[in-house]
Amino acid sequence: MNAAATQQPADILRGHPRLGDQPPRASGLSASWTFAWRAILKLKHVPEELADVIGIPILFTLMFNYLFGGALAGSTGRYLQFLLPGTLALAVTLVTIYSGVTLNTDLSSGAFDRFRSMPIWRPAPIVGGLIGDTGRYLLASALVIGLGLLMGFSPRAGVGGVLAAVGLLLAFAFGMGWMWTAIALVMRSPRAIMSIGLTVLFPLTFASNVFVEPTTMPGGLHTFVDINPISHLVTAERGLMAGTATTGQVVWVLVAGAALTAVFAPLTMRLYRNKE
Amino acid sequence: MTSNPVPAIETMGLTRSFGQSRAVDAVNLTVPNQIVYGLLGPNGAGKTTVIRMLATLLRPHAGTARVFGYDVVRDADAVRRHVSLTGQFASLDCDLTCVENLVLLSRLLGYSRRDARSRAGELLEAYGLADAGRRQVMNLSGGMRRRLDIAASLILRPDLLFLDEPTTGLDPRGRQQTWEIIRAIVADGTTIVLTTQYLEEADQLADRIAVIDRGRVIAEGTSADLKGSLGAGTLHVRVLDSKQRAEAQALLSPLLGADVRPAADPAVLSARVAGTGAREMGRRATRALAELAAADVGVSEFALGQPTLDEVFLTLTGQPFASEIAEAKETR
Repeated sequence: MNAAATQQPADILRGHPRLGDQPPRASGLSASWTFAWRAILKLKHVPEELADVIGIPILFTLMFNYLFGGALAGSTGRYLQFLLPGTLALAVTLVTIYSGVTLNTDLSSGAFDRFRSMPIWRPAPIVGGLIGDTGRYLLASALVIGLGLLMGFSPRAGVGGVLAAVGLLLAFAFGMGWMWTAIALVMRSPRAIMSIGLTVLFPLTFASNVFVEPTTMPGGLHTFVDINPISHLVTAERGLMAGTATTGQVVWVLVAGAALTAVFAPLTMRLYRNKE
Repeated sequence: MTSNPVPAIETMGLTRSFGQSRAVDAVNLTVPNQIVYGLLGPNGAGKTTVIRMLATLLRPHAGTARVFGYDVVRDADAVRRHVSLTGQFASLDCDLTCVENLVLLSRLLGYSRRDARSRAGELLEAYGLADAGRRQVMNLSGGMRRRLDIAASLILRPDLLFLDEPTTGLDPRGRQQTWEIIRAIVADGTTIVLTTQYLEEADQLADRIAVIDRGRVIAEGTSADLKGSLGAGTLHVRVLDSKQRAEAQALLSPLLGADVRPAADPAVLSARVAGTGAREMGRRATRALAELAAADVGVSEFALGQPTLDEVFLTLTGQPFASEIAEAKETR
């Protein structure tokens, strides 16, 4: 021990409040905020863990636009206006998988053992984690939109439209996040969640209107694309950025986000409560 | 502090299985207040499972456990208000810095942002980590991580602190520092339950010890109780030249009236001198020493004393203490 230290291990507890006495523990809300802060700190310390899921949408934006843009829409510039809201939705949808990956990693960590033995609101680590994940969604959105602007994307609804589109996307992503936390509680490894996530989300995002309108697709696929929630999300995103969104389009996405939360939040809580 | 009539821990028939195997099998423990209680046993004996049940992380499959009178299942939240856990592997977020970890935990315990920062500073200073505050936990040495982990359990004063293998993997200096910290914490009135696979650690630190093997408590008491339960003294002889050990063994057996066995160390013999009083034992030992000198067997160590916990373990289980064997093999 450092001889110059004014405090010694023996002094640190003397006269200090006891764990059992401390009256106002953090409220559920405040504990959740603290965990959200933790998620943001982790983003700061280990940003590289997002590389693959953010890399994919950036790569797709570049590839699809310059490879197929001319053929699909007459010019790459015109195609970008159609494509970018789609790859934005794709980016954030893929990033939601990380809510599951992080939770699964956390569950087997010593840190979580400590959290779970502390006198705090039980679901706080999960709720806070999901709030903190918003930081990831914003980062992914900023990267894709920034790239789009550099490439010549010019949203007709202006800054307000883009912000509204990002806001709606966050609401939907929050619901998706609960789905991944529920999955994280039943899967064995973070890697398994990642591969399930990509296996589910790749077909779902490709069989949607992210890259092309479904008009020329065969009947069955056309029907699927029409009911695919990702298509509804992308339609609303495009509408908000172009200033043509209908209330119905926006409400559909909000309801979908709320429905995902209503189903998977209680399920997550239940699984978490029984988790050992 | 007044003595609390309710024991810190009381378990009855505590049982927990994983699949087919019973990790913890009908364990009855009573841990009085304000002592260091050691759970001693080899790897896989069930020590960690006991701790995890007491810290409300695992549910018992049978039996009950109470912490300060609160049931670990029904009153789990009340239990959590009295205990702190320092797990076997760092119970910290390894991506965050030391300060961030302590601030995070302080905030969860209700500290304001400012108070959390100052408490974090106090703890880091007291635990010799003041210069490491901005380092990520993953970049700390084993000893520093351990100290931070213990500090993180002491943001508020817990009534009961669980330390799961607090010195495993530490160098001798780190171990010594951790022992000092443990003694300081218990002197302040906190009850400590620690698990260890080191007999010496249990001997040095624990006021009472439960020896655990394959999920069962096979002995319980103070270190002296456990050693005394053998009802015998032990003689250790180290010869100067290991080649002479067999000769020494042949000389000593009839003199001591006991079975003299070669120990794992090639120069050491040990014998349990049973059924004789201390005076008689001393007389025999003195004669044995003279006999060895007469036969020109050089002796570098000659000790007569209580049995070691290792011998207690050997007697209780019929096999030597597993981790010590593993270590002896590793060092060879």
